[in-house]
Formats: sequence, C-alpha cells, structure tokens
Amino acid sequence: MALVLTEEQSMLRDSARGLISDKAPVSHLRSLRDSKDATGFSRELWKAFAEMGFSGLLVPENFGGSGLGAVEAGVVMEEIGRTLMPSPFLSTAVLAASALTRGGSDAQKAAHLPKISDGSLLAALAIDEGAKHRPLQTKLKAVRSGNGFKLNGAKAFVVDGHTADLLIVAARTAGSAGERNGLTLFLVDPKAKGLAVERTAMVDSHNAARIEFDNVEVNADGVLGEVDQGGALLEGVLNIGRGAVASEMVGLSEEVFGRTVTYLKERKQFGKLIGEFQALQHRAAELYIDIEITRAAVLKALQTLDGDFANASAAVAVAKARAGTTATRAVQEGVQMHGGMGMTDQFDIGFFMKRARVCQELFGDSNYHADQLARMKSY
Amino acid sequence: MSDPDQFRRETRAWLEANCPPGMRKPMTSEGDTYWGGRNAKFSSEPQRVWFERMRDKGWTVPDWPKEYGGGGLDRAEHKVLREEMAAMGARSPLSSFGIWMLGPALLKYGNEAQKKEHLPDIAAGLIRWCQGYSEPNAGSDLASLQTRAESDGDDFVITGQKIWTSYANYADWIFCLVRTDGAAKKHDGISFILFDMTSKGVTTKPILLISGYSPFCETFFDGVRVPKSHVVGTVNRGWDVAKYLLQHERAMISGMGERGVGRPLGQVAADSVGSDEQGRLEDPMLRGQISTFEIDEAALSAAAERAVDLAKAGQSHPAFSSAMKYYGTELNKRRHEILMSAGGVDALEWESERSKGGARPRAWLRTKANSIEGGTSEVMLGIVAKRILDLPGA
Repeated sequence: MALVLTEEQSMLRDSARGLISDKAPVSHLRSLRDSKDATGFSRELWKAFAEMGFSGLLVPENFGGSGLGAVEAGVVMEEIGRTLMPSPFLSTAVLAASALTRGGSDAQKAAHLPKISDGSLLAALAIDEGAKHRPLQTKLKAVRSGNGFKLNGAKAFVVDGHTADLLIVAARTAGSAGERNGLTLFLVDPKAKGLAVERTAMVDSHNAARIEFDNVEVNADGVLGEVDQGGALLEGVLNIGRGAVASEMVGLSEEVFGRTVTYLKERKQFGKLIGEFQALQHRAAELYIDIEITRAAVLKALQTLDGDFANASAAVAVAKARAGTTATRAVQEGVQMHGGMGMTDQFDIGFFMKRARVCQELFGDSNYHADQLARMKSY
Repeated sequence: MSDPDQFRRETRAWLEANCPPGMRKPMTSEGDTYWGGRNAKFSSEPQRVWFERMRDKGWTVPDWPKEYGGGGLDRAEHKVLREEMAAMGARSPLSSFGIWMLGPALLKYGNEAQKKEHLPDIAAGLIRWCQGYSEPNAGSDLASLQTRAESDGDDFVITGQKIWTSYANYADWIFCLVRTDGAAKKHDGISFILFDMTSKGVTTKPILLISGYSPFCETFFDGVRVPKSHVVGTVNRGWDVAKYLLQHERAMISGMGERGVGRPLGQVAADSVGSDEQGRLEDPMLRGQISTFEIDEAALSAAAERAVDLAKAGQSHPAFSSAMKYYGTELNKRRHEILMSAGGVDALEWESERSKGGARPRAWLRTKANSIEGGTSEVMLGIVAKRILDLPGA
C-alpha cells in the first residue's frame, strides 16, 4: 500500500478540517478554559461530529457506523491537533468504539455501539493508576462476588472521565502487578454505587478525571472479552489510541511549525527579518525534516494497524515515540522563536506547548516506547 | 502494470532460483562490491554469476527503458523487486555512479546518440564512471568552479583541477562540470561534459584519508581535448544538469545507512557489553541510545518509502532529497558512533586479523564524510530553508 492518503482519506481530511477550523479554532479552547466550562468541550460540536459521521467512524456498519480504520481515525485526530479542539472523539469514537468492537459480545455491541455512532453515548477508558503509563502494573482489584465482581482501587488520567456515560476499566482479576495474565476489562456504569469521579483540571485545559472504586459491583455481563485474558485486547486498543495520539501530535507539530515559519517571515530585528538569520533557518529546516519523517512513521503505523493488526506494536512504538519527541521540539522551538510573545497567554503558542506535554504522557511517552521497542527486539 | 501479486510471485521465484547463496549475506568488505568497468575483476564466482544473471534480465537498472539495457519496470514493479531483494538479503549486483547519478541525468538531458552510446554500457557494467564536480576552491560553493573549457574548432580544451573525485583512479570515463563562459554569472557559464579518463592530459592522485583508505582523488586536466558533441544538454546550461544529478546523488547518499544494514545493533552490542537475566543490555544508557536510533531509522525508512510514493502521486517537492540526505547521513554517523561505543576497546584495533584490518573504526571514520560529500549538512539545511520553507534571504 502506498504511504500516502487515498482520495477518500483526503476527502475525509478536508471535511474534518472544514468543520474543525470553522467551528473550533484555538479560540474555542481558550473560551472554554476562560469560562471554566463544566463540560470542557462543546456538546453541540459533538452533535455536529456525529452528524458528519465522525463519531461512528470506527463503528462497524451493522451497528450504524462507517466501519473505517486507524488511518481514518488518524486523519481526524490530526485535524483536531491543528486547533487543539477538546472533543470526546479520542475517548469515545476511537478508544471505546475499538474496545467494544474488538472485545464486546453481540449484546454489548448492540447496546453501546449504535449510541456511540449517533453521538448519544460518551465513554472513557480507565487504565493508568500511577504517575506513568504502565498498563501491566494495573493493581485495581476485581474480586468475584455473587454473580459478578467487586472493584476496588483508583484510576487516574481518565480522558473525558468526568462526562462519561460508560467506563471501560482495566482491572486485575489474577496474578500480580507487572504480569500480562490476569487482566480483565470491565464495562462500568459511572453512576454505580461506590464510584467517585473527580474532574482533574489539566495543564492543557483538556478533560481528564481521577476515579475511585470502593466495592463497586459489576455484573458478569459487564466483562468485556474474557476474564484474565484482557491483556491482549487492552494492548490492541491502546495501540489504536497511540496511533491516534501520534496523529494528533503530527497535526499539532505542523500547525505550530507553520505559525512559527510565518513569524520568521514577519518579525524584524537588527533591520532584518529574523528568518534571514542562518541560526534560525537551520533550526527551522531541521524541524521541518523532523516533522516530515515523523509524519511518514505515523502513517506507516496507522496502515499497519489496519493491515496487520497483530504485528503493529513495533510500528506503533516508533510512531508514538517519534511523534512525542517531534512535538516537544516543535513547541519548544515555537515558543523560543516567538521570543517574549511566545511566553504570553494572549498568544496561542503556549496552548500547543501544554497540549504536547499531555500527549507525550498519554499511553506512554517517548522513553516508554523506546524501552518497549528494545524489549520487542530482545535487547 | 501487470498483476502486482503475480509479479511479486514471479520475481520471488526468479530471485530464489538465481541468486547464489553467497550473494544473500551482508557485505563485509570493499571486495564484496562489484563496480564494473574496463579493468573490473570479480572477487568470487558467485559474484560473477549473480551479476551476469541480473544484467541479462536488465535488473542492474530495473527501471531504465529496455532499449538502453534496463529492465523496463514501472515504479510499482521496481518497488516490488527492491522489497523482494531486501527480504532475501540479496546484494546489489552492480554498484555504479553511472547508475545512481549519470544515468538519470542522461535519461533526462542527453540526446539520443549520447543515450545509445553510454546507457547500455552502464547497464552492462562495461564502463565505470566518476564525477568531476568539486574543486579546491569550489566545495559547498560549487558554482564558483574554475576548470576552464576553451573552444577550439569542434573541441573544447579543458584545463584545471578537480578534488574529491571518488575512485577517479579506477574510472574509465568522467562526467564533469567545466566553465565554458568565464564572463557570465557564475551559474550561467557552466557546461556538463563527458570524456574518457585515458585522454591525453588527465592524471589522478589518490588522497589518503583519516580512515587509512583512499577512495577519493585529486584529478588534473592539462589541455584535455574533448569533442563538443560530448556536452550533455545545452552549452552554458550545465548547472541545470548538475542540480538534477545532485538530487540523485543525495538520494543515493541518504540511502547509504540502509544499505549498510547487517546484524541488528542490539545484538552487536550484546556481544561486547553483555545482557542481564531478562535479556536487556547491561549498559542501560547504550540500550536507550540504540533503541532511539532504531526508532529514527525506522521512521526514516518510512519517509523514504513515502517519498517514492509521493513522487509517484506527483506530490513531492523537488528539494526533498536534500532533507533526506541531511537526515540519512546524520543518522548513519549516529549508527557508527553507537557501533564504536558498543565495541569499546575491541573497536579500536586498526590492523589485526581479529578486527578484519580495523574494519569497524575505518567504517566509522568513513561515515564522517557522509555529511560533507554531495553537499554538506549545512548546505542541505540551507536548501530546505530556501526552497521548501521559502525563508527570506537564504
């Protein structure tokens, strides 16, 4: 398969870009932040997303979606990255839709996927517990109790956890922290007794929550996939999420870079445009090359997820690691080259820097994925 | 093209049947590369067999037209062939500046007589070419070159000096930039001309490098007489040809790192630094360097693949080869720094049998030229800044 977007994918990009740049420029995020909006994103826009078919992008056609793949999810995420639009797209349309499609029973799919597709159900994936992404270290305990399970423990960094109608929770049903066996995914109602959600205001003004589970009861039909065997399902879903976040970082990097190059062509010092200085030219050129190479690596990962899902981990690790370092470089150079203006809240560049930091952490930072790659290659 | 799956099956079957086992191993020494030319010798029988079979199929230059000795493959077929060769570790049957650099320029700018005279001989490995570009005072500022070509009837008479001429001492012919109009602006008085290295007045002198090897020469021209019909393209418009050729040269150099692939770096490092009970390298910082390197290498390889696909879709920027040249060469230098660090003291031996004559440190030193030859990294970044980013005054 050619490592470029198909015509259909380019059309999807254009329509996503049209909607997002029109309805949700960076000023949209800024006003949500300044008004301390309780939801943290626009439900109206999410409705528009559903009407355009974006919320059901990954939902199979027989459940009301488009049945498309990781490349298409990445195309939309990249556009989201360009304007930093806060949206349940990642949590609901990418992660939850993938988890349910890949691991759900017919009944679970029928209950939730059509609602994801039509925009009426918001869902969130609850994985991380500590400061860093370590899915195998899951400690939240699920113990058999009657016809179901009782969950005890805590989750952090649950993207969109504060608005979710449905939680997908990784829990340990056997084994000990660090082991792949013994992990189980559960569908949990956030209104269940014993469950406490705390919205966490984050540096990037996007949405996340901490969630505590105190003897939360879940029926046996709330198990997603197989008991104790959820590790592979989780890893697959996380890989799709990593590809999606990497795409967001490509969009973010390119947008910051574009704004920075424009500034280099406008700002004058010492009687010259600062873009004439070779010190800045070479750094801009290096960054451009970095972004182009990362873009190729990310598209490669997305195509591998669609074409050879079981063997996509290495390509995904490469993409997420590269996207993280590239985005970090892009926002740092962006602020530096904008000088004092780059440090002001009034200027948008800072929003990109904050979001890039969060995207780095999400589903494993560059160091995590470099370590994973070394493990995969046995050194 | 033909049915892609069928072409892949047929190609794989042909390669399986025709590529000798000895030609499916990574190259380990200079002798493993076959350069062709009037004085060429094969270093082994499998090397000869492999070369001749590929030549007869037109696959020394798979994507050139059949009438010029090529394989006539389209881009998609060529990609399949490259992938299948890479999958079995098949060596390139013929290395040649004629293939990588002159051929593409002749296909675009050469007249029919020039194509017929030179391309089949390149494809068949009969003539080995060298490139006369740099001069002692024209390196990064190549267009300031001073080698003179003076008109004398039907000939040009060429006088001057080139430097960093790769393998000039082994080459049969040279493609050369000369100044045919000393009064014009520096880019406008240059011509691209071809001549035989056995012509009267040509001498070469190898330059000893820090690696202990002499892959480059100083090349002197003292009144060398060359027919005017040997100019490629228009007289005084040689800079167009030179720039076009440089794109191919840069693509070639950016691919050098990939061509050098042998055992995975992690394994090479494990040999010398050891592994812990979980199989992780004992040197955790080195382990991190290696995996970060491999991430960048995989990303570059995706970018190279994408560059081909973008070109096919008509969406590539002509200066993008400069971006790839920059990144590929810097990455290759990193690979060899890692190899030296992984090898430790063992990688410092220079002459012993044990060290294969100091192969590792000599290769390490060789890579330092990657970011100089074919345009320095700084020149590449300048080109990206000017031609792609459109920054002012660059």
